[in-house]
Amino acid sequence: MAQTLFDKIWDAHVVSSSEGFPDILYIDTHFIHEVTSPQAFDGLRKRGLPVFRPKQTVATADHNVPTWDQHLPIKEELSRYQVDMLTKNCAEFGIELYGLGHPYQGIVHVIGPELGITRPGGTYVCGDSHTSTHGAFGAIAFGIGTSQVEQVLATQCLLQSRPKRMKIEVNGKLQAGVGAKDIILYIIAQISAAGGTGYAVEYAGDTIRGLSMEGRMTICNMSIEMGARCGLIAPDETTINYVKGREFAPKGEEWDKAVAYWQTLYSDEDAEFDAVLSYRAEDIEPMITYGTNPGMGIGVTQHVPETASFEHKEQASYKKALDYMGLHDDEQLLGKPIDYVFIGSCTNSRIEDLRQVADFVKGKHKADNVTVWVVPGSKQVQEQAIREGLDKIFNAAGFPLREPGCSACLGMNEDKIPAGKYCVSTSNRNFEGRQGPNSRTFLASPLTAAASAITGVVTDIREFLKEEELV
Amino acid sequence: MSTKIFKHVQTSVVPLPIENIDTDQIIPARFLKATTRDGFGNNLFRDWRFDNDGNPKADFVLNEPIYSGKILVAGKNFGCGSSREHAAWAIADYGFDAVVSSFFADIFKGNALNNGLLPVQVSEDFLAKIFDAVYADAHAEVEIDLEGQYIKIAGTGEQESFEVNAYKKACMINGYDDIDYILSQTEKIEEFEEAR
Repeated sequence: MAQTLFDKIWDAHVVSSSEGFPDILYIDTHFIHEVTSPQAFDGLRKRGLPVFRPKQTVATADHNVPTWDQHLPIKEELSRYQVDMLTKNCAEFGIELYGLGHPYQGIVHVIGPELGITRPGGTYVCGDSHTSTHGAFGAIAFGIGTSQVEQVLATQCLLQSRPKRMKIEVNGKLQAGVGAKDIILYIIAQISAAGGTGYAVEYAGDTIRGLSMEGRMTICNMSIEMGARCGLIAPDETTINYVKGREFAPKGEEWDKAVAYWQTLYSDEDAEFDAVLSYRAEDIEPMITYGTNPGMGIGVTQHVPETASFEHKEQASYKKALDYMGLHDDEQLLGKPIDYVFIGSCTNSRIEDLRQVADFVKGKHKADNVTVWVVPGSKQVQEQAIREGLDKIFNAAGFPLREPGCSACLGMNEDKIPAGKYCVSTSNRNFEGRQGPNSRTFLASPLTAAASAITGVVTDIREFLKEEELV
Repeated sequence: MSTKIFKHVQTSVVPLPIENIDTDQIIPARFLKATTRDGFGNNLFRDWRFDNDGNPKADFVLNEPIYSGKILVAGKNFGCGSSREHAAWAIADYGFDAVVSSFFADIFKGNALNNGLLPVQVSEDFLAKIFDAVYADAHAEVEIDLEGQYIKIAGTGEQESFEVNAYKKACMINGYDDIDYILSQTEKIEEFEEAR
């Protein structure tokens, strides 16, 4: 029978399936970090259980860590305690930890792929909703709560009901200056922050196929922002070339065997999806969000919608969002002064993101009214950027390259956007207070963020690109 | 290990008719630094509930003394965003037994069920009726019965049935725990590993 990519991977991981129960799904690798794991380890201690498969568990410290002077002890007491707790728990239960100071440390969704731990056909979970990132490799990957972290630590399995399947196709040629981040912000704006709930979403079409692995990770990363259980993209040459040679990727004969299997991982031609959506790449502008959920996005030249355009019962929530953002009906964001630019997070902190930004800002300087933070996704990304001299370009442009961590995406460390200030951010959430109490977030691509840092106002990257072509 | 049991509740409700309430509103990230499951209720809806100096904001529903009860009623797409189970812990720790909305985010729903906090998904119409009832009389009671899978507005008798996964329903009624269930299948897990 014709099967979707999702079903092929799911079926290969079902340990047992009983009528009236969710499936018991086998998890290949469980990623953990300091924030959502301590209570799970406590649970194991209370039950007197070991970690069932410690070698299939990988830990890093990312959410709480400072992004400056990382070699010094963490100043904030609770953050330090939580990171220390992770170290103790990993030692006690025999789990490999890529903690602060380790050359592999970084944001959990950046290090898994770059170390070759994330591979096509696998199942990956983590107590973090952006685990959907790993689906870019043609894998099933999703975020779980702490009770489920405990479940996976105890059994390497998870009780899960099979979600419905959705296919989202994007075909055509992207405009210059438009990239993966714009594609996913566009899709979420079309289907809303709840439009993918209950679905595993497969992204397909020639535009998606044409993206690099970094771009595909950006797309899958934000699947959760439309409520989807996970997002995935069938593996191809791009995927295989990315995984090949990485630290923990299979080698020799194992590699050949793995590749042969990966080549079977695609949705069969007549596989049935519960929903299919299709978009044209040409319709996508550089995107920016104006509201307090990632579905509230517009093309950068468009105007903020009018309250009256919403159904009556939705108007109060809409007005609350605009008030929080300090915006009004029909306002255009283009040209609006901003205060901060954050380039980082599990959405956009990979080497390709930093190269793209460096390439654009070379020979330019940030506007005086803007503070810029560039936070690499991992120690390896940071080292690579330095090897390529990107740090020098960034410094000259007033874009200091910091040290790896989740940083201002959620402001658990010191990197907080002050109350009332506007930040153009390459991260994934614009919720109220996400980047710091009363902070105001405009989500955008790395290029839009970089261009806005240079001008000091919300900017259409295409205008810059036109000028540069003329020069 | 047993978890909190939920069978039935009938109380007044706390109305929060806002859509897309994300888990960063339920419990902001800066309060996720605790390493136990206790005490999150104090910071439930922290930035809507308190000003920067920690003083209660009079116009937020949790600070309005006329509203109380063990049922939180909220707008659609409740619990979107982060996977933080702390959101479910905060709501349960504050004293709620159930959350009613016309739509729940996936991960939040799972987290709530794993903590004896019942997410009850109702139609848009029924949600509007509950809001109407509580705004007409702040003491209006709502009854939720898990065994019978119905929710009823006590005053008017209007009711609707709701869906719940049969396995999770049995877990909540009996206080069963997912880990105990999977552990009972360890042999199958090992067989699965060997066969790969």
